[in-house]
Amino acid sequence: MNFDPIILTLIIATPLAGAILLAFIPEKEGSKTHAIGALLISLFTLLLTLHLPAHFNYHAAPRTFQFEQNLSWIPSPNIRYHLGVDGLSMWLIVLAAFLAPIGVLASWNVISTRTKLFYTLFLLQQVAMLGIFAALDLFLYYGFWELSLVPITLLIATFGRTENRRRAAIKFFLYAFIPSAILLVAILWLYNLTGTFDLPTLQALALSHHLAATPTALLLCSIAFLVAFAVKVPVFPLHGWLQDAVAEAPTAAVMVLAGKLGLYSILRFSFGIFPDQSRHVAPVLIALGAIGIVYGSLIALIKTDLKKLAAFSTLAHASFVILGIFTFTIIGLDGGVFQILNESLIGAAFFVLLGLLYERYGTYDMRDYGGLATRHPWMVTMFVITVLAAAGLPMLNGFVGEFLILSGSMQSIFAHHIFWTVLAATGVIFGASYLLWMIQRVFYGKLGVRPEEVRGWDLTAREHLELWPFAALFLLMGIASPFWMRAIDTYGAATAGKVVEIAPGWYKNTETNAYTVNNQELGRWCLDHPGGCRVSIGFHVAASKEAR
Amino acid sequence: MNPQLLWLIPILPFAGFLLNGTIGRKLPRALVATIALLFTLAPALIVVQLWLFMKSDGAPLALSVVSCPWIAVSGFSVNFAFTVDHLTLVMLGIITGVGFLIHIYSVSYMAHEEGYWRFFAYLNLFMFFMLVLVLASSFLLLFVGWEGVGLASYLLIGFYFTKDSAANAGKKAFIVNRVGDFGFLLAMFLLIAHYGSLDFNTIFASIAASPLTGGLFTAIALLLVLGATGKSAQIPLYIWLPDAMEGPTPVSALIHAATMVTAGIYMVARCHILFDHSPAALTVVACIGAATALFAATIGLVQHDIKRVLAYSTVSQLGYMFLACGVGDYSAGIFHLMTHAFFKGLLFLAAGSVIHALSGEQDMRNMGGLRKRIPITFWTMSAGVFAISGIFPFAGFYSKDEILFDTFTSPNHLHILLWLVGLVTAGLTSFYMFRLWFKTFFGTPRFDEHTAHGPTHAPDLHAAHLAAVHASKTSTLVLEAEPEPTHTAHAHGVHESPWLMTLPLVVLAILSLIGGWVGIPEALGGHDEFKHFLSPVFNAGLDIAANPQHFLMERVDAGISLLVALLGAFIAWYAYCYKPGTAAALAAKYRRLYSLVDHKFWVDEIYGRFIITPILVVSRLLLNGLVDGGIIQGSASSLAASTRGGGWLVRRIQSGNIRSYAGWLAAGAAVVIAIVLFSHHTLPH
Repeated sequence: MNFDPIILTLIIATPLAGAILLAFIPEKEGSKTHAIGALLISLFTLLLTLHLPAHFNYHAAPRTFQFEQNLSWIPSPNIRYHLGVDGLSMWLIVLAAFLAPIGVLASWNVISTRTKLFYTLFLLQQVAMLGIFAALDLFLYYGFWELSLVPITLLIATFGRTENRRRAAIKFFLYAFIPSAILLVAILWLYNLTGTFDLPTLQALALSHHLAATPTALLLCSIAFLVAFAVKVPVFPLHGWLQDAVAEAPTAAVMVLAGKLGLYSILRFSFGIFPDQSRHVAPVLIALGAIGIVYGSLIALIKTDLKKLAAFSTLAHASFVILGIFTFTIIGLDGGVFQILNESLIGAAFFVLLGLLYERYGTYDMRDYGGLATRHPWMVTMFVITVLAAAGLPMLNGFVGEFLILSGSMQSIFAHHIFWTVLAATGVIFGASYLLWMIQRVFYGKLGVRPEEVRGWDLTAREHLELWPFAALFLLMGIASPFWMRAIDTYGAATAGKVVEIAPGWYKNTETNAYTVNNQELGRWCLDHPGGCRVSIGFHVAASKEAR
Repeated sequence: MNPQLLWLIPILPFAGFLLNGTIGRKLPRALVATIALLFTLAPALIVVQLWLFMKSDGAPLALSVVSCPWIAVSGFSVNFAFTVDHLTLVMLGIITGVGFLIHIYSVSYMAHEEGYWRFFAYLNLFMFFMLVLVLASSFLLLFVGWEGVGLASYLLIGFYFTKDSAANAGKKAFIVNRVGDFGFLLAMFLLIAHYGSLDFNTIFASIAASPLTGGLFTAIALLLVLGATGKSAQIPLYIWLPDAMEGPTPVSALIHAATMVTAGIYMVARCHILFDHSPAALTVVACIGAATALFAATIGLVQHDIKRVLAYSTVSQLGYMFLACGVGDYSAGIFHLMTHAFFKGLLFLAAGSVIHALSGEQDMRNMGGLRKRIPITFWTMSAGVFAISGIFPFAGFYSKDEILFDTFTSPNHLHILLWLVGLVTAGLTSFYMFRLWFKTFFGTPRFDEHTAHGPTHAPDLHAAHLAAVHASKTSTLVLEAEPEPTHTAHAHGVHESPWLMTLPLVVLAILSLIGGWVGIPEALGGHDEFKHFLSPVFNAGLDIAANPQHFLMERVDAGISLLVALLGAFIAWYAYCYKPGTAAALAAKYRRLYSLVDHKFWVDEIYGRFIITPILVVSRLLLNGLVDGGIIQGSASSLAASTRGGGWLVRRIQSGNIRSYAGWLAAGAAVVIAIVLFSHHTLPH
């Protein structure tokens, strides 16, 4: 039986069905029913998602989608149930499904009360995330996008760590909700303009310059899209919500809090519908990315709260992706998308590890720690591997992403000044600094205050199970990156470059040197003279000395 | 031979790392050591086979293997690919040979340490990355090794991680190296942007065909130099190496003397085509080398910790190698790299043997008179001291002399100055090495025989020693004076080391004597086989026969440098043997100068005050305090507050009641649908 057309629906429906099921199972004190249920459901979802890489067609034409399901949902307004993946979203779906069972395992003992609420919300969050990655209809996408806000907000507000959790949740919600409202307006405006919510259609219209609106209106609309996504990433300086939300959120929620959703949306919708406008604002975003890297790293350097350190580390890593994708070079885009995977995995591993520390010693304050390496040899091993991956050590995954991003930024015609690349590259120094300092303060030296009082234990079997998949992936993605990059590259190569008009109606992609023609007179003439249309193209190529 | 065997050279040590790293904790020590030794010996044997093959008639000048791509995107890809040419062969020989000897030594030296398995796992990991570094056939793969050896170094410096100083030193080494890597990375980005590749052959071929001119090219070369100064501990990034002595002594011998720190020189030599086209960058290399050689040598004059003397001498000798590369004679640089690997590896191991004999004492003020007590260590270390000082006919004499002569005859317009600096440094080197020799092995014993023999060189002893040094810093005058016997080490039963430790010493001592004979210049009656061996790499197609007209000059130069070395040795003998106390008197007389040198010219403090502190202050006050705390968090809070001022909406959201959230969603959806359905023409077009 051919699963291809319904696989995405299955992937989204499984956690949804699971969430409904869990909501109806009564909660008993101290029972693990909900955790086991959530674990099984998320494992099954992961299994389903593996269908995608197994059957992905790497030779599909650029800008086409696979595993598509395209049904009419509401005829007027024309809203369709349209799902599909391409090289950009395929691994992200697998990634989201991969993190879910680990999130459940990480919550195994930590969440002991109100487990029904927790795991139901967790699975709903999963639905929203998978939906975002698969939806190709703007309206459908917006539904998932809004849906993703609610469970997270509730998880933070209910299961937060301190009394500050309500405030953190509200801050997060407002930050995400207000730009989303503007996003909705922009989506509706687009619908009015084109009469469709369908992403592939909009993309085709945009590429052939058929979005009939003034450049200013289009630019404003693209900015509405971009800001909504940038807040979710977050891009410096829109990260006001990040620190508190990360500090409060339970491990399973924090793993999906930042990064991939916003970044994916930028790549899919901002770049897809507004290719020219995105390139127009690229220099600004490149600068913000470079600043974000250094800013995040420098603040992480002086934070003593491990969760807050991790929050700014997240900012720095997300900024790397921003820098990479806005270079609009193949290298930068591929590296950027790859880095989304890395950043999510490394961030998740890091938060899981911090959670383990908290579970044992009940504090995130680095000053209370010290000398744990002798007590937890396995934990320190995992910490060091994660930190090295985050610091971009070659042979681990972080390096591949960062390297491609920075070399893309060096090549990019949008990075107006080499200064931004150099500034971003200092991130490799500061990144290593705060991470190694953190390791030293927590694990090396004399035994700290908290460990003296509390007797911690090394990793349990369940915790090994949470962490080894990460370690294995760090290494595999570091040495065999083409396995993942192959799919990503189909997206990167189709998106890179700047399409410039070299003659009336003639366009050239600066990155791929592909030519496109959009000449209405010519087209009409060809249509009028079927069979009589013969175009001969001659190029006069003058090689310039400057590679740029 | 089958070129695919090349893969095994690095993979075998990696297998050793994996074995010891995962299950080593549960294995008996003997098995851990056996695993580590076997997985180091095997690549050494492959290298021997490779060597025989490359020396045979009709062998290719370079052997390459290519495997699957590591990074592949449209328009740019890097493969796992290794190349062996004669330069790599020399490096392979040094790394596997010296590396194996130091592994043997460690078996005994580390015998009583906690984390035995961890030590050997890291050591094998280091071998893996170092071998990748020299085998790499592209900048990116070289960078893999480059960062990897940095990681191994970080782990091994911080081996005694419960000690703050060790953890600090490891972190410092990694971060300072990262500054260099920053330069290396930028150079690679520029290379990709302009050549679209990182493959050595591709890039060097395009450079040779049409060299880029101007600032960009110099920038690439200088950024690579920045990378090299990090790894090879040159000004301005040398500061990590002396602190790296916190690691166990075999680590100092292998990583921080013989192999890893020479990676920068190897990289410059590997990129010689690039540097040959950038005279400005070469001049910078030469000046950095000469300045570092002199600067580090002066600091080495007054150190008391036996390992620190050797550390500064390593920095200084690396400066010589930089100088050689800077004046364009790469093969002389590699020659010195090789002899240095022999004699500096030897010196560190011998120093380790001394420390072992004295149960952890590292302060030379608490040594003395050890000549008769540990004779094998004494004689082997003497070979090392003679070699590094450039005494005829030891290895260092030939390699150092070649560098000095090449500097003198180089077309660089600073050549006389550079030569003078090199010569003075040679004198200083000889002085401080003989100072070390005399203070350790001659004179009266200054250690305490009666204290109980400590089990090992325990970190505690070292900490106590550091405290003593720190205390004595306050009164610099007593530094050169002989300390009171009460300060002294626990040296009951001063003993010669076991044969596992002395065997590598003997082998390296022999190499320190005869290792230089492969490079005897024609002026001194040799054939300079070393240079001819490397000529396919550095002087392809060029005539490198020595000019007989220069023979006299070269002989004179050799004579002068030998004289200077002997002079240094004589002064050391006079000041520390013939009339002990001379040095203390001098130090008292030139108190300010002495204090300046003794504090290592305050470089660490200057970096701390002018770089690290400002960064932390800016992060804390400006970024975290003002920007993040003030503006960004402030606007976030005011956003929340202003909405709360409006009140109604937020109070509902704040309720935490799921039903109200659901209500809001429903209401929102209703509004959206209403807008869509009824306002087709009211929205702006």
